Amino acid sequence: MGNVKVDPVLEIKNLFKSFGALRATDDVSLDLYPGEIHALIGPNGAGKSTLIKQISGDYQPDLGSIHFLGKDMAGLGVADRAQLGLGRTFQVSSLALEFSALRNVMLAVQAKSGSSFRFFKPVMKDKALIDGAMEMLTQVDLQDRANIPAAELSHGERRQLEIAIALALKPKAFLLDEPMAGMGPEGSKRLTEFLDTLRHQAPILLVEHDMDAVFALADRISVLVYGQVVATGSVDEIRGNPTVRTAYLGEDVT
Amino acid sequence: MVKFERETALNGIIVIALLVIPFIAIAMDEPFYVTLATRVAVFALAGVGLNLALGLGGLVSFGHAAFFGLGGYAAGILASHALNYEPLMSSPFELNGTTQMLIIWVAAVLVSGLAALLIGFFSLRTSGVYFIMITLAFAQMIYYFAISWPAYGGEDGLSIYVRNKFPGVNTLDPINFFLICFGLLMLCILLISVLKNSRFGNALQAARQNDERLATVGIHPFKIRLTTFVVSAMITGLAGALYADLNRFVSPSMLSWHTSGEIMIFVILGGVGRLFGPVVGAGLFILFESMFGGLTEHWMLFLGLVLLAVVLFARGGLIGFVAGRARHG
Repeated sequence: MGNVKVDPVLEIKNLFKSFGALRATDDVSLDLYPGEIHALIGPNGAGKSTLIKQISGDYQPDLGSIHFLGKDMAGLGVADRAQLGLGRTFQVSSLALEFSALRNVMLAVQAKSGSSFRFFKPVMKDKALIDGAMEMLTQVDLQDRANIPAAELSHGERRQLEIAIALALKPKAFLLDEPMAGMGPEGSKRLTEFLDTLRHQAPILLVEHDMDAVFALADRISVLVYGQVVATGSVDEIRGNPTVRTAYLGEDVT
Repeated sequence: MVKFERETALNGIIVIALLVIPFIAIAMDEPFYVTLATRVAVFALAGVGLNLALGLGGLVSFGHAAFFGLGGYAAGILASHALNYEPLMSSPFELNGTTQMLIIWVAAVLVSGLAALLIGFFSLRTSGVYFIMITLAFAQMIYYFAISWPAYGGEDGLSIYVRNKFPGVNTLDPINFFLICFGLLMLCILLISVLKNSRFGNALQAARQNDERLATVGIHPFKIRLTTFVVSAMITGLAGALYADLNRFVSPSMLSWHTSGEIMIFVILGGVGRLFGPVVGAGLFILFESMFGGLTEHWMLFLGLVLLAVVLFARGGLIGFVAGRARHG
């Protein structure tokens, strides 16, 4: 990572998590440096979701540590980590479905700009909240759909909305769980271009099945198989790694 | 927007109807109906409290009788001490009872709020059926405590011999007491309508829809819910104090799970999460009670049928049936 020593934004060391006899996370170490996209790939059931949930704060690891911006995350929950600057999107969109797209983003702007324990001023007359949210919707090209309830948005639009919400948090790192899932080729291409620019705002830990997107975006790739990281390296290193080819990529990758 | 205006118009009609009926009753020399209207206002207020937790927050509390009853006992205990000239406690400092409504209301709100803080702290760690059951369990604990505590009447309850006082108003005149209850009801509805649109209301409604989403933007759903639960209990507690004054009597039945169920019926009948839903629900409840209650002691059967119809065919309650679905901005 360059010749100047830079501290990682996110540093995971010797993480273990078991469910009964199943070792979902088995001695995983992983880091994320400023400005990079680190892709996490692996077959279904490799433990990607379990790992993501330990980073986000849904699960606490059995053993090992997660440091974010140099701070130990042990014992901190989802909301605490979000406040510290972890911007997350979900594999299956998780939105306030009755709220409009705008109001979903306003929730994030409100969380970022001071207390939610304000009881009197109406949010729909709060210009700072509305403008802040509109700006984020514009960034993901959703400004024309601002007043549509999230429940009525298309699948792809919901994914864009999730990213707009994450953007509004002005995070120090993005944790994106399969943002391309179900996007279609055109949507994936646009999102790939967008994520490429996003890395300059904050580094991205990207879990993704779409290999075209991963190979186009990733600075580094880690491969997770049966809860273990079997390889970490550049795109070329991972493509050439025989273990990875047999375990995951299959024969057709050249 | 058309639908929204329709609900506003409907709300206006409800307010005017509730306000005018007692005056018509007085003009027709039927003071009994003033008492009925007062009951509507007090029950509606209890429902308004629950509606904050249930309607906006999605917290199905089956224990709001606890707060209703605690508010009632706060009023009853303070008044009985004042009337007997016995201090509530004499050490470390002397604390006397009072017959001033304003002080009684503050006490009722504080007591029910504190109880909600404690109950909510434990029960809000659960959700769904468990939350329903644990709130019920807490309320039943308080119910049995009230029954077995002889100092304030135990099972027999506690009488308040004279209606409490309000500065500058003769509270014994039924219409005056009605206006006090009506005023507090309107004030609390106004409070909720403001709260609903605030940042806090935004977070609360998001917590109902998807608490994972709320946590992911960095807002603790638990803190939002606990605050809501406390405010909700305070309003229901205030209603309890008014109910004690209305009947000049407090008994453990205010704390029983029947009462929790009734408060919930007001909310569901009128429309969960609708501002004036509890007013309509309580109105209908009292209407059925007075119409059919004289004919048969099984009048609840008719109410049950209406409730069934509402749940099956009008999910937005009666308000939703007339004004259409609620929409968010």
